[in-house]
Amino acid sequence: MTHAGYLVAGWGISLVVLGGYALGLVRRGRRLAPRVPVDRRRWIDSPGSDRG
Amino acid sequence: MAGPDKRRDGTGSRGSRLLGVGALVSVAALIVLAFVATDADVRTHPTTGEEFGQFDAVRMLYLHVPLAVLMYVAFVVCAVASAGVLLRRTAWWDVTAYAAAEVGTVLCGLVLVTGSIWGRPVWNTWWEWGDVRLMTTLVLFLLFVGYLALRRTTTDPRLQARRAAVVALVAVLDIPLINRSVAWWENRTLHQQSTLAELKIEDLTLFTLMFGFLAFGLVAWWLLVHRFRVGWLEQAATDHDVAIALAERRFETSATDLDAAIGRRDNREDPV
Repeated sequence: MTHAGYLVAGWGISLVVLGGYALGLVRRGRRLAPRVPVDRRRWIDSPGSDRG
Repeated sequence: MAGPDKRRDGTGSRGSRLLGVGALVSVAALIVLAFVATDADVRTHPTTGEEFGQFDAVRMLYLHVPLAVLMYVAFVVCAVASAGVLLRRTAWWDVTAYAAAEVGTVLCGLVLVTGSIWGRPVWNTWWEWGDVRLMTTLVLFLLFVGYLALRRTTTDPRLQARRAAVVALVAVLDIPLINRSVAWWENRTLHQQSTLAELKIEDLTLFTLMFGFLAFGLVAWWLLVHRFRVGWLEQAATDHDVAIALAERRFETSATDLDAAIGRRDNREDPV
């Protein structure tokens, strides 16, 4: 018995929502970053390097 | 001529990029494990010989169960950070709580949707209003939607942080109810008892489920890191704008005082 339609819907919706949300976060970050001095971005150590 | 480094213009860092690649590779591997390597859940009745089980729908559980557990984790992180907001009153705790609440709400929404889609072929229903676990999960989702709405109701950041922290600490009390509902209200739920705790699954099925925790755990971690950084940037941008406005105001005031002083001096110097 196959449930292909349910599987495609469940996995598809989840991956699209998670991917879309991730993309939205990246865009929000890029829009906000120019308004903030680099030294206030705590995940970046110095102009030449960044850290995780 | 070298242009500005685009990678430095957002919330990314070397660590988060590695995390993102790890998450993508893990999810791709999970899809192969879930759809190619593992078998469908087909069992044969010992006396009638009739086939029963979840069939292909079991492949949805490699997604649904990890999302549900990670949803709990995100909301617990939110609760711990909310306690930090009330005790320490620093921006770090507040940004963490807000980030975890938003990621947890996205995961909770997906848990409800994937659970409903899985339920249709297995339970023959999309939704069961009398099921305690479904209802308590829906209540949790609505509580955190309310939390996110509350965060937009006031512009006073301290008041907003305190109110949201109290709501989060109340909302997470629903998590033990969801988790224990299948035991406490055994006759009022379609859900089975914990399969993992009693080790009713084994071999590749168990491995794939565990791998699902790893893959979506990396995804949730990446989302939490980036949502935290977006929140941090929002706060820093607001602080920066306020600092600039204050500096401009001070400059205007100084200029006005200077003009007034010059005016007084000129008045003294000019003979009438």
